[in-house]
Amino acid sequence: MIGLQEYLIVGALLFSIGVAGIFLNRKNVIIILMCIELMLLAVNTNFIAFSQALNDSAGQIFVFFILTVAAAEAAIGLAILIVLFRNLKTVDVSEIDALKG
Amino acid sequence: MKGLYLTIALSPLLGAIIAGFFGKTQIIGRKGSHIVTIAGVALSCVLSLYVLYGFMMGNIESQSMDLYTWLLSGQYEFKIGFLVDPLTAVMMSVVTFVSLMVHVYTIGYMHDDPGYQRFFSYIALFTFSMLMLVMSNNFLQLFFGWEAVGLVSYLLIGFWFTRETAVFANMKAFLINRVGDFGFLLGIAAILYYCGSLDYGVVFSKIVDVYNAQTTIEIIPGMEWYVVNTIGILLFIGAMGKSAQIPLHVWLPDSMEGPTPISALIHAATMVTAGIFMVSRMSPIYELAPAALGFILIVGALTAFLMGLIGIVQTDIKRVVAYSTLSQLGYMTVALGVSAYNVAIFHLMTHAFFKALLFLAAGSVIIAMHHEQDMRKMGGLKKYMPITYITSLVGSLALIGIPPFSGFFSKDSIIDAVHHSSSSFAGVAYILVVAGVFITAFYSFRMFFLVFHGEERMDEHTKSHLHETPKVVTLPLILLAIPSAVIGILVIEPMLFGDYFTGPYLKALLVDATSPIHALGELIHEHGVMGMIVTSFSHPPVWLAISGVVAAWYLYLKNPALTGKLREKFSAAHFVLEKKFWFDELYIDGFAKGGRKIGAILWKVGDIKLIDGLMVNGSAKAVGWFSLIVRHIQTGYLFHYAFSMIIGLVLLITLFVIL
Amino acid sequence: MIFEYIIFYLFSGILLLSSTMVVVVRNPVFAALFLVLSFFTAAILWVTMQAEFLGIVLVLVYVGAVMVLFLFVIMMLNLELSKLKQFYHRYMPIGLLVAVTMAVELIIVLTPEKLSQLQQSQVSHPAEYNNTAELGRQLYTDYMYPFEIAAVILLVAIIAAIVLTMRRRPGTKHQDPGKQVLVQAKDRVKVVSIDVERRD
Repeated sequence: MIGLQEYLIVGALLFSIGVAGIFLNRKNVIIILMCIELMLLAVNTNFIAFSQALNDSAGQIFVFFILTVAAAEAAIGLAILIVLFRNLKTVDVSEIDALKG
Repeated sequence: MKGLYLTIALSPLLGAIIAGFFGKTQIIGRKGSHIVTIAGVALSCVLSLYVLYGFMMGNIESQSMDLYTWLLSGQYEFKIGFLVDPLTAVMMSVVTFVSLMVHVYTIGYMHDDPGYQRFFSYIALFTFSMLMLVMSNNFLQLFFGWEAVGLVSYLLIGFWFTRETAVFANMKAFLINRVGDFGFLLGIAAILYYCGSLDYGVVFSKIVDVYNAQTTIEIIPGMEWYVVNTIGILLFIGAMGKSAQIPLHVWLPDSMEGPTPISALIHAATMVTAGIFMVSRMSPIYELAPAALGFILIVGALTAFLMGLIGIVQTDIKRVVAYSTLSQLGYMTVALGVSAYNVAIFHLMTHAFFKALLFLAAGSVIIAMHHEQDMRKMGGLKKYMPITYITSLVGSLALIGIPPFSGFFSKDSIIDAVHHSSSSFAGVAYILVVAGVFITAFYSFRMFFLVFHGEERMDEHTKSHLHETPKVVTLPLILLAIPSAVIGILVIEPMLFGDYFTGPYLKALLVDATSPIHALGELIHEHGVMGMIVTSFSHPPVWLAISGVVAAWYLYLKNPALTGKLREKFSAAHFVLEKKFWFDELYIDGFAKGGRKIGAILWKVGDIKLIDGLMVNGSAKAVGWFSLIVRHIQTGYLFHYAFSMIIGLVLLITLFVIL
Repeated sequence: MIFEYIIFYLFSGILLLSSTMVVVVRNPVFAALFLVLSFFTAAILWVTMQAEFLGIVLVLVYVGAVMVLFLFVIMMLNLELSKLKQFYHRYMPIGLLVAVTMAVELIIVLTPEKLSQLQQSQVSHPAEYNNTAELGRQLYTDYMYPFEIAAVILLVAIIAAIVLTMRRRPGTKHQDPGKQVLVQAKDRVKVVSIDVERRD
């Protein structure tokens, strides 16, 4: 059997890649959204790993809800993106600073 | 008895209410107003005299009664009640009698004033307030009466409220009285604190325990004062305000802005003597407070002497009488200061009659002169106004203390009391009051000669209209002149040396072997009143009074040119007196303007700069400046927010890992 | 046993590699496709952890719905890629620093001592064990209310997405049933009288 530790390490690396992606693709909102999906995937992986290690299906229930919310978030995020693009003709967030203090 | 006393106190109030609230209606009108108030005061006066007679005959017992519990606060009870004993009876009679005279006189003096009804309402209200003050059996009601007479005094000084000077004067009177009242209130508070009650009887018995326990109070750190002395001085500060003693006297001369009847009633005969009455009433406390008595003595002697000096240089007829009032109040205070309370009350009574008389006579002159008050524009009025002339002469002789007029007995008793007093300040006080006798005589007859004798200095128009004033004016003059002349000779023996002042709280008013007027008492007991008159000619006061009259006669009738020369020669002294020792300047320019300056500084620096500027706007500005800096963090770029979140997360994880 | 290791390391490697590609490729379409690959491999890892239902859901929901939506949006927006990647390297150092720090920190906490504090009771379910039925039973019993809320959240998301993106272009023609009902005969026909003109 593969131990808990291995899965957690995979999750940690996956999460870090998502974080790095946000830094690298700071201008492109679509990629940022994808990076968030990656990070969520990492978190879900951790949940499932713990669920298996502790033999407690609550972790899987959590993943279920996270998937639900992530799907909703992706839908709304993309909708916002479309509205943004329609109004500003760009998705480059370095050109969007209307809330500058 | 309860009903009788209530009638005495409330009938003037009823008159005041009717005249005040309904005086302008058709039913009451001007005539109705004076009828209803005079009826109220007359009823009150008759009943008061009945009570006085009862006490003299011994038919009526001293009585303290509670009528109504006004407030219960914890262990304290605040009641309304009457304490009627010989002292109260004297005050009631004097107040109501003088008030009645003034009411009658006012019909003539104010007959074409638009505020006629209002005036009657006020003076009747004053009578009620004064009766509440003197008949009170507790400090709260005393304070009520005290403030109520102050209020009426304020209203009446500013009776002609369209005059700038009147408004200034009534504000001045009110403010200065507040200074005194503050001390008075503190005194009452101290009494409540140490005695647990405001009832005279309880307080007078408890205060003995406080005295025996030698309780002290530390107002200024490091200085322990006996509580009884402190209470005495605090209460006397109230009396200083109301009875216009140095340095709280400055309101009284200015109060002459009010109509003359008011000057007579309130600012000469009755209200200003409230302080004298109060100290006499509190004699059980003051007898335990020697330091307070010393203070009273000094203040009184200074007032008697210095205010008389100022009277010499005044040219306004009413102001001369006002300063003479101040001086005479000083005499009464001196009597209090040497524990001769009954003498003070005696002088209060005689003074009430002759000073009211003098004021009303001055008012009569003013009416005849068409409201001209400057003595330099009068003269030779003797032949035009014989009744006023004679009554003024009686009043002046009474004032300066020529036997056998009433003032002689009271004032000579005071001087004698000071002479024989064991107080450590009595020596100084004696010199001052004796010198005061000469001064009193001098300024009184200076006024008298300037007004009634000498050349006629008024203009032709006024001269052609000169005639004696109507009967409503002269009748009170005559009625007041009679007691002014004879009351002293009649009552000195029973009042001062008899057993008239017998009552539970009046022990200090009875003359015993330790009393400073003990010797005088023996003299009168042996030789009668005539003995006192004869003996007085071997003492300086009477001769000083006569020499004062002679000096006034010489300077103002015989050789007026010398007056001017003297004035030039002693111009410095004259200037000091003209400026009234700079008390007004001290208060107006010193305290008032200084207060305003401090206020302005506090306003500009404390309020505008510190509170508004630094604290209110300053904190807002600080937030603004801070925001100005930190707003640069708010770039508006989405990834910056994401970065800060992530970096924060990393830091949190780092913290977690390290720990 | 060795087979399990092979599967784990193989698919873990693909997962990390493809997710790295998501982050670094220039073209968003490629990024999305690499993300799809990541999801597939992740689903396999989940299945190896006996979470069969969630693995299938991941493929169905994410790959089938969400990623298609992503691709759809990317293609619809027709992005100018060159501009978006202009400052690609500017934040590289700090990004790497943060990511590496985070990875190291997340991994070094996973010491055997700490993990052994957990009361591990890993079991291998028998072949007839039904993961889906078990999850379903729990969702409809113990997690009834959260499940309902999740349903409402999805509904809200649907409505929100529609409301956000819906628009009426000016100039388009469409029917308004309310006005159609309110119309009256006199509004329809306008009778005009025209003077007769004679042709000369």
